[in-house]
Amino acid sequence: MNDLRSLKILVADDTDTDRLILETIVRKEGHQVFSAKNGLEAVAIFQQEHPDIVLLDALMPEMDGFDAARQIKNLAGDELVPIIFLTSLQDTDSLVHCLDAGGDDFLSKPYNRVILKAKIKSFNRMRGLHNTMITQRDQLAQHHQRLLQEQAVAKQVFDNVAHSGCLNASNVRYFLSSLAVFNGDVVVAGIRPNGNMMVLLGDFTGHGLPAAIGAMPLASTFYGMVNKGFSMSDVLCEINKKLKTILPIGLFCCATMIDFNFRRKRIKVWNGGLPAGMIYRHLDRSVIPLRSTHLPLGVLPEKSFKDDVQLYDLDEGDRIFMWSDGIHEARNPAGDMYGEERLLEVLAQANEPAIIFDEILTSVKNFIGSGEQDDDLSMIEIRMDAPEHLQHPNHYFVHQQQQLPVEWELRFEVKPTSFKSFDPLSFLLNILTEEPDLRSFSGSLYTILAELYSNALEHGVLGLSGDIKKSPEGFAEYYAQREKLLNEIATGFVHIYFAYSSNIDGGSLTLRVEDSGAGFDYSALQGKPLSTIGYSGRGIGIVEKLCKTVRYYGSGNKVEVVFAWVNDD
Amino acid sequence: MSVTQHISYDALNSLKEVMEDDFNFLIETFLHDSEDRLGKLHELLGGDDVDAIRRASHSFKGSCSNLGALRLASLCAALERKAFDRNIADLAVDLAEIEEEFLIVKQIMLDFLAH
Repeated sequence: MNDLRSLKILVADDTDTDRLILETIVRKEGHQVFSAKNGLEAVAIFQQEHPDIVLLDALMPEMDGFDAARQIKNLAGDELVPIIFLTSLQDTDSLVHCLDAGGDDFLSKPYNRVILKAKIKSFNRMRGLHNTMITQRDQLAQHHQRLLQEQAVAKQVFDNVAHSGCLNASNVRYFLSSLAVFNGDVVVAGIRPNGNMMVLLGDFTGHGLPAAIGAMPLASTFYGMVNKGFSMSDVLCEINKKLKTILPIGLFCCATMIDFNFRRKRIKVWNGGLPAGMIYRHLDRSVIPLRSTHLPLGVLPEKSFKDDVQLYDLDEGDRIFMWSDGIHEARNPAGDMYGEERLLEVLAQANEPAIIFDEILTSVKNFIGSGEQDDDLSMIEIRMDAPEHLQHPNHYFVHQQQQLPVEWELRFEVKPTSFKSFDPLSFLLNILTEEPDLRSFSGSLYTILAELYSNALEHGVLGLSGDIKKSPEGFAEYYAQREKLLNEIATGFVHIYFAYSSNIDGGSLTLRVEDSGAGFDYSALQGKPLSTIGYSGRGIGIVEKLCKTVRYYGSGNKVEVVFAWVNDD
Repeated sequence: MSVTQHISYDALNSLKEVMEDDFNFLIETFLHDSEDRLGKLHELLGGDDVDAIRRASHSFKGSCSNLGALRLASLCAALERKAFDRNIADLAVDLAEIEEEFLIVKQIMLDFLAH
């Protein structure tokens, strides 16, 4: 591009001597010369030869240099074809006329070889820069086009995940820009097996792809867990853990999550870092802000994450509004932000609850006016409704079905050949936690199962005495004996029996463990907490705390505990 | 008036250097074209197309300056100026001065070629 040898230069001048001199100079500089005697010829040769630089006399017959310059610039389009006017014109008007017609410079008579050479070099350099600029502009346009395509694909994938929920339920209204996910905003809503609706509005830090990338795991975790009936705490903890793991430092998600229990007309709210949502009570037109009391999702490590929630009892027809900071930070032409006060003012002035949502949007849009339209307003309204009134095209709000009692029993026996190698605990725990109601108690259930099973195996089947463990040395002795007996054992059993019963208000799990051992005299224990007499060390005390009842019977080789819970969500 | 007020030898020498073998042809073309131009100017002076006079003298001025005919170029510039200002009173006087100057330039150039 900077090889001056390769330039094609068009010389247009009607004066033979002037043209002859210029042709000779240009040719001697090593360029290829094309000559024209007037403007018409110049334009024709330009179309044919596409010269790199044009030297154009201003006053010529047929077509003057001004018209020729205009036509050549027009033909050149995006390409920079420098036009240098050959002129002995001196007056300002004529020179301006040359530039207006598209001229880039002048060369005055008498011609000066050194100056002409310098100008050609300079314009060639400019052509190079211009070409680079055009190439980069085209690349930029291509990149931008590709970015838009990629965003469209990403948005499609995201929408498939995010909109699998119940955002279209009859009690939900929401406003989201079409590419909200690239503004970092995400709204997901799902129905739990018990009929509760769970809604999460999140606002990731940043914009574009980095902001969108966390939305995917958030949405898939949310739906995976909500559909299986996990509690709000579990869902929040899991999302927090996942985001903490995958997002770089400084990227996190401000979020409000609400669990709607339509049967009890109660909501549970967790807000980490989002502007306060609002409860609008239609009976007394009061407004209750749902302020952030936590750090955003993805900030705290698992162990310090706080999942405590606020409970509110609502009336049918009350509305909950949630929004990201797009509304609060919307600016008017003067640069002021919309802010929470204006929001509260709209709510205070509201006469008809059903149109508050529209009134807020209108108010924000009027406020922005001719100001810069930030396309990242996200808002959602959920109405507390009677369960039987809720409708959704793809969801059945199967509340009746879910309210039916569920009862089952399960018997399980561990055989002597398996005592040493088989651990029934995680196996059984997996079965138990298939029940949505039991899912959030998996830790407690494991503790109970583990304690009862090891008592049955070690004190019952193997006949080991807990007394051995009372001294520090005893521990090692106890486990040595245990190991030895497990290797020798050829008879015996542990029976495990579960009886599960639940309804919408709660339920119970009865757990009976029977072993093939001799049992023990439990008559002294009846009516007293087992832990008070130091029976079997520490474990059984915990079981007593976790269970409603603990009862021994038979020869002391059977124990029955009842684990009970109350559904509060 | 010394010769260098009519002609810039620097200009002629550098042209000769650039044009090499074409230098003679260039001078001959200039002298021939200039005679045509003078004839054309005579015709125009008989008519009333002042703008054509302006353009012809402008073009003549350009080629004179390229050939180093300094005084001839400035006489053409004066004619161009008058035509531009529509000051057509004594254009024939100006043209006569130009013709006189051209004859001097022609002689100097022919001498230069013969040198």
